[in-house]
This record gives sequence, C-alpha cells and structure tokens, in this order.
Amino acid sequence: MSESVRESMEFDVVIVGGGPAGLAAAIRLRQLSPETSVCLIEKGSEIGAHIVSGAVIEPRGLAELFPDWQDRGAPLNTPVTSEEMLYLTESRSLRVPMLDRLMPHMANHGNYIVSLGEVCRWLATQAEELGVEIYPGFAGSEVLIENNRVVGVATGDMGINKDGAQGPNYQPGMELRGRYTLFAEGCRGSLTKQVTAHYDLRKGVDPQTYGLGIKEVWEIPAENHRPGLVQHSFGWPLDDHTYGGAWLYHFGENLVSYGFVVGLDYPNTWLSPFDEMQRVKLHPAFRKHLEGGRRVSYGARALSEGGLQAIPRLTFPGGALIGDSAGFLNVPKIKGTHTAMKSGMLAADAVIEAMQTDRVEPGSFTQRVKDSWLWEELRTARNIRPAFAQFGMKGGAVYAALDAMLLRGRAPWTLHFKHQDNETLKAAALCEKPNYPKPDGALTFDRLSSVFLSATNHEEDQPVHLRLRNPSLWKTVNWDVFQAPEARYCPAGVYEVVDEATAPALQINAQNCVHCKTCDIKDPTQNIDWTVPEGGGGPNYPAGM
Amino acid sequence: MKIVVPVKRVVDYNIKPRVKADGSGVETTGVKMSMNPFDEIAVEEAVRLKEKGVASEVVVVSIGVQQAQDTLRTAMAMGADRAILVLSEESPEPLAVAKVLKAISEKEQPGLFILGKQAIDDDMNATGQMLAGLLGWGQGTFAGKVDVADGRVKVSREIDGGTEDISVALPAVVTADLRLNEPRYASLPNIMKARKKPMETLKAEELGVDMARRLTVVSVAEPPQRQAGVKVGSVGELVEKLRNEAKVI
Repeated sequence: MSESVRESMEFDVVIVGGGPAGLAAAIRLRQLSPETSVCLIEKGSEIGAHIVSGAVIEPRGLAELFPDWQDRGAPLNTPVTSEEMLYLTESRSLRVPMLDRLMPHMANHGNYIVSLGEVCRWLATQAEELGVEIYPGFAGSEVLIENNRVVGVATGDMGINKDGAQGPNYQPGMELRGRYTLFAEGCRGSLTKQVTAHYDLRKGVDPQTYGLGIKEVWEIPAENHRPGLVQHSFGWPLDDHTYGGAWLYHFGENLVSYGFVVGLDYPNTWLSPFDEMQRVKLHPAFRKHLEGGRRVSYGARALSEGGLQAIPRLTFPGGALIGDSAGFLNVPKIKGTHTAMKSGMLAADAVIEAMQTDRVEPGSFTQRVKDSWLWEELRTARNIRPAFAQFGMKGGAVYAALDAMLLRGRAPWTLHFKHQDNETLKAAALCEKPNYPKPDGALTFDRLSSVFLSATNHEEDQPVHLRLRNPSLWKTVNWDVFQAPEARYCPAGVYEVVDEATAPALQINAQNCVHCKTCDIKDPTQNIDWTVPEGGGGPNYPAGM
Repeated sequence: MKIVVPVKRVVDYNIKPRVKADGSGVETTGVKMSMNPFDEIAVEEAVRLKEKGVASEVVVVSIGVQQAQDTLRTAMAMGADRAILVLSEESPEPLAVAKVLKAISEKEQPGLFILGKQAIDDDMNATGQMLAGLLGWGQGTFAGKVDVADGRVKVSREIDGGTEDISVALPAVVTADLRLNEPRYASLPNIMKARKKPMETLKAEELGVDMARRLTVVSVAEPPQRQAGVKVGSVGELVEKLRNEAKVI
C-alpha cells in the first residue's frame, strides 16, 4: 500500500529485537568489526519495556561478551545465597532434599538474581557506546524478501486509524535493509513466524512447546527481606497433567520477584494460568514472604520449552534466528538469558565470516552452535521436559531425578513432543472446573488491576492487532466446544465474552495486550494471529521486571 | 524570527509513579523517562510556525542531567533545528530554569519562547511566567491557539468558562495548553537524521546562574486509598447512613 512512499536505509546488519540475544549480537558485531554498521529495532517504547523474566541468570554468556562486566557496572547485584525447591500440597510444603544431586540443573551457586529489563537497558548503553544504532518504539512488521533472500525488514506504518485509513498523524513505515538480518524477537516472534513459514525452517523437527510465565514484583518490609533467597515450587495447585510451578526471589532493595509458569500443553480448558498464579500466593510457603508488602508491577510472557528437539533450522539466505526466537531456553534450568546471549554472539561470528567470504547465508552459525557449550547444555537437558509431557508431573519428576543421578543427561534415547500446544485442550464438558478464590485485594488481585500495573498502552485509534483468521470459528469451536479458553489463558483480559446468555460473542480488548503471545500459541485452531501493533505500544515495564 | 522551546525530561505519562520508601520523592531509577507532554505540544507549535514560514529557526533547550540529550534528540526528530543541553542536577526549580533561559535568551536573541504550560512531574506551572517577568516581555499563557503576525502574537487563552483572546507584542513568552495542537510522531527517518543535528552542551555555572535550591520537599506520599462503596437496601437506610455515618445531612 505504502511501498512507493517508504524511505529506506542500508546497514550491514539489521537486528529485530532488543533483548539479551539481539543486544549481545549487536555488541559482538561491533567488537569484532567496528566498521560494520548495525541497526537494532525494538517494538517496546524503550529497551527493556517489553522484557519479563524471573530472573536468575548465569553470568557465563555475559562474561564471554564482557570479561570485565563487573568493572563496567553490569547490574548483577544480588548473588544467589540460598535456595529451596518445594513440593506443595494444598496446605503444606515439603523441601526437596539433596537438591544439587536430584535436580542439579537447579543449583544456582554463582548465579545472580536480576531484573532482566535492567540488564538489557545496561547492555543497550554498552551497545550504543560501541556505535550500534538502537531505535526503540519501532516495530518490524514485514520481512523484506527479494530473490528468495531476506534483505531486511520494514517497520509498520504509524497513525493508521481503526478502519485502516491514514489518520492526521500518518507516517509511513521505513525499510531497514541489511546484508544480514538477525531475528531476536523472543518466543513466537511475529516476523520469525513469517520467515519460518517462507523457508520451512521447522521441517523435520519436533513441534515447539511453550510455557506462559506471569510475574509480579513486590516491595516488602525491610525486616522480611532476605536478598539472595531463591524459592521454587511444584505440585499444588496444578494437576498431574499440567507442567508448571512458582518462583520467588528476594533481590535488589526490598524487592521480591514472584511468578508462575504453566506449560501451554495443559489439557484443562477451564484452567486459568492467571488465577493459578494468584492463588499460590495464598499458600503459607509464599504468603509469609509477601504479606505486608505491596505489588509494584505485573507482566507476562510466553517462553519456548521445546529445547533441543524443537530447534528449527537456524539460518536462511540473508540471516538467522537467535535467542528464544530459535528456542534456546534450557528448561530444567529455567534459564535462557545465557544461552540467548551466547547464540547472539555465535551468530555475530558467523555473520562476520559470511560477510568476509561474501556468502549469502551465515551458514556456519549452526556448526558454531553445535560446537559450543550451549549445545552440550541443551543436549544433556533434552529429555526432561518431554518426560513431563509423557509421564505427567510425578512420573516426569521421577524420570528427571533418574536422568540426573544415573544417566547424567547421556541417555541413548531422545524423548519427543508429539503435539502442538493448541492440540492438547479437551472439550469443556470433559474437564473439571477449578474453584478459584475471589481476589482479596491484599495478596491476590483481578486481571484489570494487574494489567494496569504493566503500564500497557496502545494508541487507541489503530486497527486491532489480534486478528481472527476465520471469525466464524470462534462460535463453533472456541465457544461451543471449549467455552472460550482465551478468556482464561490471556493474562491481560484481552479476550472477553459478551452476551454470554443470549448471543455469545467475542470482544477483543486489544489495548490491554501485554505482548505475551499466548493466544497465538494456544488457540485451539490457531485462529488468532498476533501481529505487531503500532511501534511503542504494549507494556512499559519498569526496572525491576 | 528564532523560536526557543525549553523541553523537560520527566517520568513518562504512562508510568504509575512509585513513591520512594523514605518519602523523599518518586522513584526515577530505571523508570521510563520521556518529554513532558506539554513541551511536545510546544515543540510542535514552533515547528508548525517554521513550516508556515513565520519562524526561521527552532532551538530546543533542556536543563538537567546528561540523559536529557535523548529528549532533545526527540525534539529535533520532530523538526527542531538544533539543541542546547544545560547540565545541572536532576529537576532544577522553576526560578533557576527561568534564569538559565534568560541567559540563553541573551545568547540566542529569540523573538519568541514557547513553553509547555507546566511539567507533569511537579505541576508547578511557573517557569513561563517567571521567564516573562525576568525578561520584561509580554506573556500569553495557557495557549489554545497561536497566531503570529505584524510583530505581535495573538493568543487564545484557555480560561475558566471559555477562552480569552489577547495580543502581545514580540518578543514574548507563550505557554502551551493541551488543545493547542496534536504533536506529530517522530518518524524513524527523522530520528535517524536528528542524530546528525547539532547539540551544544553547556554547564549552568558557565551561564553564571545560581542553581541553589530554595524550596524544600517536606514529604511525598501516595494519595489515600479510596474506601469501597456499599449498597444500601432502601431510601430509609440511605438517609440514616448519610445522617449518622457520613454526617452530611
């Protein structure tokens, strides 16, 4: 529509996404080759605005990027000092003994509790000092492909109004053309989807499986604060067929990061990840940490849980997928920052090599990944998450312990994922409704007051960015069979059923969206297409997230 | 005619401010900062006057910490020609700002200052008026409409119950109200071009301005929580509650 008026700009490398992977790639490129021009765009209003993570991070990737990261003032300020893994029943908690032997992946000695948003903001200042051009507030909305080669991306038009016409503030998008383009959009990136489909990158690999993480940051009274404490839980309130658990980290100045992850292969259509997350706070093992505190922010994001078996082909003519766009999260460790950064650095190495040898595809990236510690880590971890999918939570836990103690990740077999997450839901009539307690306004809250704390905002007068490919499917499938699961899995109250009793219809409150991407993953017929809204829209997570 | 537009870096309007635990102010570390929205309106108006051929140059000024250069870059991406950053501690007081702007005025000799009517962080609504006073210039505050012609600026002021039209001789100080215009987006090509526009950095002391604080913040607190309402069963109960509980009748 607007190709004729779009301006364009040429760079050596264009990077989509300002998370740990994209920023590490940008930094590495300029470290290796200071004359390489690098442009990085980020759909959040600033770097860090869309970053949600626990986060306990392993400094390995960062230390390879900046061996002197401590002198440079990287915001890794709270070392892990003690940790507990709890198995919860409704009212009690049992501490898993010999954690470092039964769950060696969970050993966090030497790791740090951080705000990943803060880490990214810091990485961005380092990148800018090295001459990377960073443009937050601009969303890549289109992959530019010419002669079967990716030649860059185009940012979305701004100032398009609800019905698709140009408003008074209309600005056409811009073409950012690069010899190489790196997609670092995180889990389920919207441009990554386009590239993956165009080059059939998922051919021959397991379906990707996902989790949804929902997080709150609390400020608690100083006398209750134990900086460096890490607590994880599994068991209650999830049933044996649902993968997930809670985390709670004490960090920073009287801050606590609390959150909950649910595997999106859950079968119960009545399950609400948001309400599960809320009610775990009422459990004595969590309540005692949060009581007397106040909630200061809220956010949510999907993450890739497929691991090694689900990693797609990583390169294509003109670029590569890095970070969680490729799915480098280590699930048993529940960490992906160090692997994301490592993948970004390896892709930078491959791009420099391709540039020097004038190759269209930075193909050595794949071999570099396979030769690195990143691959070895994912290889030894590869059977844990699928074991939970196949044997349930209890069986999976037993398998994980055996794998850790006897096989040490060297099993001669590889377990596989058999279903996409959208195929696992059962019909409403076959599922049991959980009984979620009403929010008490002190420890537990409703969706809308939560979304408010994400500071999410979208220009009101723009087309809805959540699109139903076939609107009529909603009534016959989502409503008649599953009773609108999107109203429950969406952590931001975007999907709302109106006129339930008379003529049920779906109302999409796109303005509430926190860009977690769950609807794009979990909709039973993949009928919901998450497209990027106008740049700068979405959550505005403060430091601490 | 040259127009000078001062811009302030403030906590972004989408952010719910959090009061520091010791009550000394609001938390700004790691919080998203952007241009004061009223200043965006002021920049937009100045750029429009330049596009109409009324102004020859738009100069933006920010007084504050080094990061205020991001705010100035945004203003230049919207169309300002160059920027001056006056380094001082964060969020100086209106009188100090007005004195710095007076010094800038002596240096730049503008025909018009356009300011936001107030900054959304401290809501002082003072700098424009103080600046006009220090310079001895006329002022048109709370502008909802601005026209420059024949050495005068006509300002429609938004006042209680309507608008007031005044005409002020140039040079003058105008402060922008919410409905003056709708600021444009800074487009990506313009943001890229703004990186190459000139930015001068000065120190407040170099301008001979005393930045010492004259105001003391006693304490900052969040507004009290609103109590939940109750449903009453009958008119009688309502009257009873109004009389005996709320004690308003």
